[in-house]
Amino acid sequence: MTALVLLDAEDGTIPQTSRSAIAAAASLGDIDVLVTGGPDTIAAAAASAAKIPGIRKVRTASGEAFAHGLAEPLAALLVALAPDYDHIVAAATAIGKSTLPRAAALLDVQVIPDVMEIRDSQTFVRPVFAGNVLVTLRSSDAKKLLTIRTASFDPVAAEGGAAPIEALTPPDGQQKSRFVSAEHSSTERPQLEAARVIVSGGRGLQSAEGFKILEPLADRLGAAIGASRVAVDSGFVPNDYQVGQTGKIVAPDLYIACGISGAIQHLAGMKDSKVIVAINKDEEAPIFQVADYGLVGDLFQIVPALTAALG
Amino acid sequence: MKILVPIKRVVDYNVKVRVRRDGGGVETAGVKMSMNPFDEIAVEEALRLREKGVASEILTVSIGVPQAADTLRTALAMGADRAILVQSEESPEPLAVAKILKILVDREKPDLVILGKQAIDDDMNATGQMLAGLLDWPQATFASRVEKTADGLAVTREVDGGSETLALALPAIVTADLRLNEPRYAALPNIMKARKKPLETIAATDLGIDLTRRLAILSMAEPPARKAGIKVGSVAELVEKLRNEAKVI
Repeated sequence: MTALVLLDAEDGTIPQTSRSAIAAAASLGDIDVLVTGGPDTIAAAAASAAKIPGIRKVRTASGEAFAHGLAEPLAALLVALAPDYDHIVAAATAIGKSTLPRAAALLDVQVIPDVMEIRDSQTFVRPVFAGNVLVTLRSSDAKKLLTIRTASFDPVAAEGGAAPIEALTPPDGQQKSRFVSAEHSSTERPQLEAARVIVSGGRGLQSAEGFKILEPLADRLGAAIGASRVAVDSGFVPNDYQVGQTGKIVAPDLYIACGISGAIQHLAGMKDSKVIVAINKDEEAPIFQVADYGLVGDLFQIVPALTAALG
Repeated sequence: MKILVPIKRVVDYNVKVRVRRDGGGVETAGVKMSMNPFDEIAVEEALRLREKGVASEILTVSIGVPQAADTLRTALAMGADRAILVQSEESPEPLAVAKILKILVDREKPDLVILGKQAIDDDMNATGQMLAGLLDWPQATFASRVEKTADGLAVTREVDGGSETLALALPAIVTADLRLNEPRYAALPNIMKARKKPLETIAATDLGIDLTRRLAILSMAEPPARKAGIKVGSVAELVEKLRNEAKVI
């Protein structure tokens, strides 16, 4: 059997999320990866992909249509390549979640999103009801298209391989959507999905100004900063900070929840963290039911004290 | 412009679901059901486009059990003009839903279909993209802002590193994310008026679509519960535990 893994390589690098998708596909036979991007980034992205160990072949498609990860050309490309593969896999990132269902419909296949365990080539476990239920599914489709819940799979190494690179000629297609602009949150911190430590804030931070109290703590720990839905909806931080059912799903070694009550939809995004610390003034807050270590009190005193104690 | 908004009846988001003893599904007997929250956002966005003079007619569709008619009445009470219920015994998978919706799109010829980005029961996040594929229409998933432009739509989307804006030609598919808008409540007079709005019922089996599941459910289970740990009394104790017991710092 052979699997094709679509990588998120548009910026010329291979993110950890894509390497987790490769790790998930490892039990599905030989692995080819598909690297796409604009003419400026494709060479660097292909070279990075070729270094990943365990890859049979790197296939690349380049052009303006592929510069921004638009679902339409990517899905058309996956459909064109599909006859060579039994499984088509991508990380459950914005690009994977947009592209694979579209490609699946074109192949008359029911996509299987957010796979957290691969039992065998046709049997998969995925979360439903905000992660409160796990369902085991067996696909009767001849071909399987999956997106991978990256927090459930340790990424493969970035270096050590030397796979051959093959440039593809992508199918022609009429462009009905066009990239206009991007507003990326600039940050020097690790990406949420890749961070070993996450410091996360909720309603208890009270304001955008209040939220800044987490920054020295995150600096000290080399942590990414996350947020609950309330903190994002209240405008304390941008939307891509959100951890939860509809935000990022994370599983760091250490998750420090500050002023987060622990709504079901937030827990769905972080309860697989190895160690959870909760700091909250409400000792009845549901977050304490999943926390390994809870500290009841005023976070505006505790967080600076914790930062100082780690110094 | 005519807008189609597909909506789904789901277990209310406040309900803590329980797996049935036979492991074949979750308990729904006596459980509160509501419109999928992302679909409410989709309905609201269609209403706002009509209020801006961009849309002229809003058609809403639900696929499911007869009680899904109640969900459609909610959308009508919010302000949708008419509704179609495609009745089926169980909830079809997104691929079958997309095929049913394609038939309705071919019949109704909307210029725009707005869907919730995912249903909060199966969390599939697939129907909009699958419909876009079947129709060969452009798509913008996870929308946080929708603007009509001279030649189509400008849609801002929530993506991994922030947000991005796409220009779409019409007809098009948009899926709604949380921050697109805050849906209105249906006022009582509008709930009364909604009872008189047209609601057509079609049997899913009459549409000639194979509704057989492609993904057989082998089992459902609640994940192992994470057990609560301990409360520490001070920052010093916390740091000590993280260093020497958990060994994560």
